[in-house]
Amino acid sequence: MTAASVDTGLKASSERGALARARLLRGLLPALSLALVLIAIAWLNPRAISYFGFSLMLNLAIPIALATIAQMFVIAGNELDLSIGTFVGFVGCVTATWLKDAPLIGVAILLGSIGVYALLGALIHLRNLPSIVVTLGMSFVWQGLAILVLPKPGGKAPDWLLAIMAFKPPLVPFPIIAALLIGLVVHFGLMRTSYGVILRGSGGNPAALGRAGWSLLKTKIVLFALAGLFGVLSGMALIGITTSADANIGNGYTLLAIAGVILGGGEFVGGRVSPIGAVLGALTLALAASPLLTFMHIPPDWQVAANGTILIIVLAARVLISRRER
Amino acid sequence: MPEGNADIIRLNGAAKHFGAVRALGGVDFHVGPGECVGLVGHNGAGKSTLMHMVAGTLTPDSGRIGVHGGSEDNYSVSRAQQLGIRCVFQELSLCPNLSVAENTRINHASLRGFGWRRKAAELIAAKLDEIFPGHSISASDIVGDLSIGRRQMVEVARAFTVTQDRLDLVILDEPTSSLDAHTAGQLLAFVRRFVAGGRSCILISHVLGEVLRNADRIVVMRDGKVVVAAAASAFDRDRLVTAMGGAEARQKAAAQVAAAKPEASPLRVRARPAAQKDGAELVARAGEIIGLAGLAGHGQTDLLLAIFAAASRARAGIEVTAPVALVAGDRQSDGIFPQWSIAQNIGIRSLARLRNGLLISPQREAELAGFWQKKIGIRTPDMNNNIFSLSGGNQQKALFARALGSDAEVVLMDDPMRGVDIGTKLEVYDLVREEARNGRTFLWYTTETEELDNCDHIYVFKNGRIVANLRRDELTEEKIIQSSFGDAA
Repeated sequence: MTAASVDTGLKASSERGALARARLLRGLLPALSLALVLIAIAWLNPRAISYFGFSLMLNLAIPIALATIAQMFVIAGNELDLSIGTFVGFVGCVTATWLKDAPLIGVAILLGSIGVYALLGALIHLRNLPSIVVTLGMSFVWQGLAILVLPKPGGKAPDWLLAIMAFKPPLVPFPIIAALLIGLVVHFGLMRTSYGVILRGSGGNPAALGRAGWSLLKTKIVLFALAGLFGVLSGMALIGITTSADANIGNGYTLLAIAGVILGGGEFVGGRVSPIGAVLGALTLALAASPLLTFMHIPPDWQVAANGTILIIVLAARVLISRRER
Repeated sequence: MPEGNADIIRLNGAAKHFGAVRALGGVDFHVGPGECVGLVGHNGAGKSTLMHMVAGTLTPDSGRIGVHGGSEDNYSVSRAQQLGIRCVFQELSLCPNLSVAENTRINHASLRGFGWRRKAAELIAAKLDEIFPGHSISASDIVGDLSIGRRQMVEVARAFTVTQDRLDLVILDEPTSSLDAHTAGQLLAFVRRFVAGGRSCILISHVLGEVLRNADRIVVMRDGKVVVAAAASAFDRDRLVTAMGGAEARQKAAAQVAAAKPEASPLRVRARPAAQKDGAELVARAGEIIGLAGLAGHGQTDLLLAIFAAASRARAGIEVTAPVALVAGDRQSDGIFPQWSIAQNIGIRSLARLRNGLLISPQREAELAGFWQKKIGIRTPDMNNNIFSLSGGNQQKALFARALGSDAEVVLMDDPMRGVDIGTKLEVYDLVREEARNGRTFLWYTTETEELDNCDHIYVFKNGRIVANLRRDELTEEKIIQSSFGDAA
């Protein structure tokens, strides 16, 4: 009898070993796809692999990574944010106008917009509304507000922001350090702290969490507020790089952010997300977006379509690998 | 009541209505310290509703709740936790995306701050070791990677972990439904130790023997009321079944099954498990009920799935000559379409027949559903209601209706009676035998030895192989246990 149970124990642990290996493989996938894109770039243009090359190529990676993290918090709670792109644009417009001209009002507006995000989370939970619909509606609201703040492209980033984004550390380019920092901080907050467990659990099995006495309203508010916070950071970082704003500047970020989360090993439902993976996914997308295509001599007219194709290929590879887990 | 003050929990006149349905009609219920209360009744008798009230997840429409002698006006889950009352719910309430240790943290608000991960891991590992020695579960395992049986072990162990809150009463709702005999025995032995230590348990189980052997007092519920409550020694199996108002005893089954089937009936399935090294294979003919026995997770489900796959695409070592339908064991994840109505859930396997031109005919779908509602006794006012409006047992009936209502000549059953009440079980057994007489073939994997009484032929599995091949008249529980635990023959 003991022999039998030891036997089944061994069998089960080897089974779980296989599952753990599959999960490790999936965890490595974001890093692998990033490496693949880097290898392709190095092969096409070896000179790009340098301090200066990376600074240039990964220029826009920081705001994309921040927007991806914002989206990841929403996805961790089994929701989707279709307004993050126009929200980043709105924040950009506020940053290039109010934040420079009247910093106090600017800060108040940005904090207020985080509050709006938190309220959206509460609304979605209390009225049991589909987040896709609510955030799609909000995307037009943010867009409209952005146009009100900045009717035509212009404005100027605050000097301190320009200084931060122009920071040139020795040896390692700033975007890489920033991405690492973002990934590690969020990883610690969401994956290692005791409340991070509750936040992820609210995506994994909300009913169980409610029964254990946790407030699902609070988790949803926290997740959406964090999305708002990182959306604000993303918009500010973006303006720090581009120096001036445009109401449409962030529109592409909505889908980039979703793709970054999924590419980084996250799943739309079930609270399965990975902050470090999401940052890597964002870097991959930032590199695949224009540097890679430019080096491939694809004319700008075709770059957007080629970009989409690369996205489909990478995501399909991810699905194939995670299917082997079952 | 003079001893009322000593009770851990006491409910007086608790009533609950869900819309027009009366789930609980004025129930008095109490649990004293140091006793194990067995709670039995059909699915839908109100057991779960009552337990949700005890655990604080539901508030009664009327009636009073008192805990440790004091009256509770704003009773809630967190209040129940503070007062030392925990519940292991029938539906697994772990987060599949989190690790075992992280799931433990969810139940303990005090596991926080520096080093909480290590504390949580140690807490759950110690409790698992105590309840299920030799369990081979690591605190860092992601729950989604664990088998359903191990998940249940984690869930049970978690309910018994203690940090800052007291622990007086644990409600175990079908705790053994996904465990094999060995781990179920470990758990029940632990429950006895727990109760002997002065704490209390409520044990809900459809395995009446478990309740009779382990409870000090048994409460029987029917139609939202308590019908009998007495010391366990006052009950035997027959009296329990009668009190529950279940169908007549199951003895007639054996005699009917024993009626010999002609050897010559056409072959339906011939299958050899992938891990089989000798020539043993599973053979099923038309009109036979074939049992797959052995410890849980020893290749029975894998073989059923292989047979299912072989029906649509040829596979080496498996021959299937008729259409196949599968009744899933894990109905929440493999059986039910949660967004769909009961009728749609039944019709999905028979879409070809329900078609009218290119579209599904709602009328034919309703006819099929209506027919099976009557035949199998699905208790609902409207088959167009969402499938989750049904109790667990009735959901399982709908899955049976899906398989039996189809054109399948071979029905594969993957331990489908898990957590189903005895009344429903007896009804389904009758139906299975009736369908077998009409020429259908059943391959039936079950973890409950009693169910094998319904089978013509039993194959015992170990480590993915068939290790014994028994005719019905050779079947004894000892033989199955012997082959399950013995060396592979």
